Amino acid sequence: MRSDLVVLGVAFGYLALLFLIAAWGDRRAEQGRSLIGSPNVYALSIAVYCTAWTFYGSVGRAAQFGPSFLLIYLGPTLAMLMAPFLIRKMVRIAGAQRITSIADFISARYGKSSSLGALVALIALIGITPYIALQLKAITVSHAVLVNYPQAADLRLADEPFWLDKSFWVALVLAVFIILFGTRHLDASERHEGMVAAIAFESLVKLVAFLSVGVFTVFVLFQGPGDLFARVAATPELAERLGLDAVPGGATGWVGMLVLAFLAFLTLPRQFQVLVVENVDERHLARASWLFPLYLLAINLFVIPIAMAGLLLMGDADPDSFVLTLPLSADLQGLPLLVFIGGLSAATSMVIVETIALSTMVSNQLIMPLLLRTRRLHRSASGELAGWLLGIRRVAIVLILLMGYLYHALVGDAYSLVTIGLVSFAAACQFAPAMLVGMYWRGAHRRGAALGLIAGTLVWAWTLLIPGFAQSGWLDAGFLEQGPFGIAWLRPYALFGLEGWDIYTHSLLWSLTANLGLLVGVSLFSRQSPLEQTQAALFAEAMHPHLLQTSLWHGQTTRGELRALLDRYLGTGATARVFADATSREEEDAAAPASPNQIARAEQALSGALGNASARVLINSVVRGEALDLESILSILDTTSETLEINRRLEQKSSELAQASEELRAANERLRELDRLKDEFVAMVSHELRTPLTSIRAFAEILRDSGELPEEKRLHFLDVVVKESQRLSRLIEEILDLARLESGRLTLNPQRLDLVALARHSVDAVHHMQEDRGVALEVAIELEEAPVIGDPDRLEQVIINLLDNAGKFADEARPRVRLSLARHKTHYRLAVEDNGPGIDAQERERVFEKFHQIQRPEEAPDKRRGRPRGSGLGLPISRGIVAHLGGRLWVEEAPHLGGACLIMELPEAPPATGGEPASAVT
Amino acid sequence: MAKVLVVDDEPNIVLSLEFLMQQAGFEVVTAEDGESALARVEEGPPDLVLLDISLPGISGFDVLERLRGDPTHARLPIIMLTAHGREVEREKGLALGADDYVTKPFSTQALVEKVKSLLAEVS
Repeated sequence: MRSDLVVLGVAFGYLALLFLIAAWGDRRAEQGRSLIGSPNVYALSIAVYCTAWTFYGSVGRAAQFGPSFLLIYLGPTLAMLMAPFLIRKMVRIAGAQRITSIADFISARYGKSSSLGALVALIALIGITPYIALQLKAITVSHAVLVNYPQAADLRLADEPFWLDKSFWVALVLAVFIILFGTRHLDASERHEGMVAAIAFESLVKLVAFLSVGVFTVFVLFQGPGDLFARVAATPELAERLGLDAVPGGATGWVGMLVLAFLAFLTLPRQFQVLVVENVDERHLARASWLFPLYLLAINLFVIPIAMAGLLLMGDADPDSFVLTLPLSADLQGLPLLVFIGGLSAATSMVIVETIALSTMVSNQLIMPLLLRTRRLHRSASGELAGWLLGIRRVAIVLILLMGYLYHALVGDAYSLVTIGLVSFAAACQFAPAMLVGMYWRGAHRRGAALGLIAGTLVWAWTLLIPGFAQSGWLDAGFLEQGPFGIAWLRPYALFGLEGWDIYTHSLLWSLTANLGLLVGVSLFSRQSPLEQTQAALFAEAMHPHLLQTSLWHGQTTRGELRALLDRYLGTGATARVFADATSREEEDAAAPASPNQIARAEQALSGALGNASARVLINSVVRGEALDLESILSILDTTSETLEINRRLEQKSSELAQASEELRAANERLRELDRLKDEFVAMVSHELRTPLTSIRAFAEILRDSGELPEEKRLHFLDVVVKESQRLSRLIEEILDLARLESGRLTLNPQRLDLVALARHSVDAVHHMQEDRGVALEVAIELEEAPVIGDPDRLEQVIINLLDNAGKFADEARPRVRLSLARHKTHYRLAVEDNGPGIDAQERERVFEKFHQIQRPEEAPDKRRGRPRGSGLGLPISRGIVAHLGGRLWVEEAPHLGGACLIMELPEAPPATGGEPASAVT
Repeated sequence: MAKVLVVDDEPNIVLSLEFLMQQAGFEVVTAEDGESALARVEEGPPDLVLLDISLPGISGFDVLERLRGDPTHARLPIIMLTAHGREVEREKGLALGADDYVTKPFSTQALVEKVKSLLAEVS
């Protein structure tokens, strides 16, 4: 006995791997580097056709009925051979009409009929449920066989409560997995690139697993095919069973099975999904049309050998399990596990795609139309609708799998795997007349399609589904033999007295006859609505769309309505372009009738975004003043959300672009401004340097050229030369300081210092200077200590500069300067004021500009003679230094002396930690 | 004796020009800004003006423009002095009607020569 834990671990590990592949595929799709843009991947994804039924059931059917199982694969092979015209047309229509499922396809063909779509969805739900049940059964049975071997697995489950039933948990785990997998986001085109990638991977896994068993059986259990066939030939009963005559129903059975598989391959929801909806490139069909049949050949290669070997070696064991029991009987460890994973991959791939396809149908064709009847939802934003859709799909996924479980629990035991599968095939075939006839015959009418579908499905239910229930003991099986109420010609397996056929061919014949008969018959006597005519033409002429003329609109609508419609679906930008040629006067008049030309252009614009049919419907809704009907809204819903999303992204991109170019423009502007400032600075520097140089050169030349000069004059001139040289050096120093400050390279040496001591020290430094000019310097410091962090030399430079400035601008007659230092919250403020004329409020910031000279126009010019001129750099430098130390420097009106007051504010230093005293300046 | 008006806001430059012109034998009046320069001209028209461009208040260009706009001073010889070495300013000064344009720092000898030759031209 094998450890259940190991098996479960491997199974969950496999599911996790699938999920990673899907996530990777989705990520690549978002990045625009699609993982599935290859015909090989497309062909492999179509191999979702091979489910657990293929994996386990083919051998089972071969063991019972010989090579007839091959017909199930010849049908699809035939269909793929017809791919260049049949499937290609389906793909093209689906692309143009943005089809999301087979229900959507049929609904769209018949004038976007919501009732027809709902009918298809409902039939699919009923018809496919057994098929999902089959997969659950396969997983449960293969697991039981694997874990219990060599004891026969006891698969009776009716007596157990459901929570002890493994299938129930399998269904739930799969539901959660599919919700994570398939409904992570709403893709309006219903493409799931990640899912397709994962499915293609699963196809490889199941193929490898099955081939491994085949090779093992033929070459390990036997000595090659010769040995095996010789052994079979030696057993006449076996040889006969594997002969061609074993097909049930004989020749009609052959044809019936072939048609069944052919039609089901095109109409099963999951096949439609991978074949048509998920097709990313029509050209992939060319390679898939031979690669997929090749895949089928490979996976069927060993079916008969395994069946033979099973019959020879396993006796009366369940043939559906031969694939697993053969390697188990040889006491192998790894191979049975690989087989189990292969079966699991076959089952999960089918359940995933089928459930996603069904849930899409249920949400789009069944639930949303009902919800849309409530006007509230109709009006809600597309984002909310997307949320609704996802929610509905998630609930649908759980319900579909629970239905599958219920079917499995109630009916599953009565049928072999193949039988269940064929019942579902026959149900899916009911879609074929409506779909295929609709693609080629324009006259097919919606009423005919609906009645045909209903009749065909009823016949199917009566001849296959209900007998199934009866055989599993849920109904009295008596009516199978005698007919209901004893009416013999209504016997399910012998309708109208048709006896001797196998049940599937029998069912198919009657159901398709009813279906097709009603479709054609009713259509011949029905008139199509204009929309249905258009749609029928679009479907029938899908390969030659140019043959369809766009009819001119004769209806009436207003510009306002047309504009509102376009706004809603295209956004304002695109709408504006459509109406671009309208004059402003016309635009104002929203009530004016729209010209046929405008209507046509509006339709073209909508077609580009939503596809022809939707655009026609939308235009129709305003042009004729009709309310938008439900089916139209529904079919447009997905595309609209996508269009809006694309529009939103485009708008985002263009606003990002606009923002980027705005930033560039601003940066360019800043650079220009900086460049201009730099030029200005250079010009000013040159001007400021030339001024002292001029005096120096002039006096130097005078001293050189003038010969004898009075000693007094000579000394005066020399003094000017020296002073101007000093001024020049100072200027150069200041310019360098400024350059360092602005480039951030000014090296400050911040340390803890006492501002009180520094202020007094600075006052001493300018004391004599102030005395020379007769400035009364007042110092008002009441603090004991004012610890700040700063560079003492630089701060002293700042304070001296402030005192100097104040002295220059103080009143001429009685110059007064006052320095005060006070605490202000967590800062210290050092204020230097003068009794000069002060600085106008609007000038107060300008004094910190480079080379700004404070003008005093009211002052008599000659009075300024002898007054020292500043470079206009002192204040900008001071402010830079203070800012570097985390402080501020600004101008106010002097509170005490009435002139200007410059205030330097520095943050208080945090308390000294290392006992280091506040250092006074030395 | 010809009268030269020296206009500059730098006291030391005025001092040097005053000395140079006096040494060359001219009578010198000085002004520190544009307004007072115009006032000096009105008080008694000089024979030549040495005019700095960057002056507090109205600029040297403004003074030049006003003098040229007044017919009585239309032919008054004016030499612009400037610490701006830019070609545009030189052209602007000449376009406005300056007779010559001297960039600071200047050669004292060359300046004196220029003043002399301009005065000779006028007389």
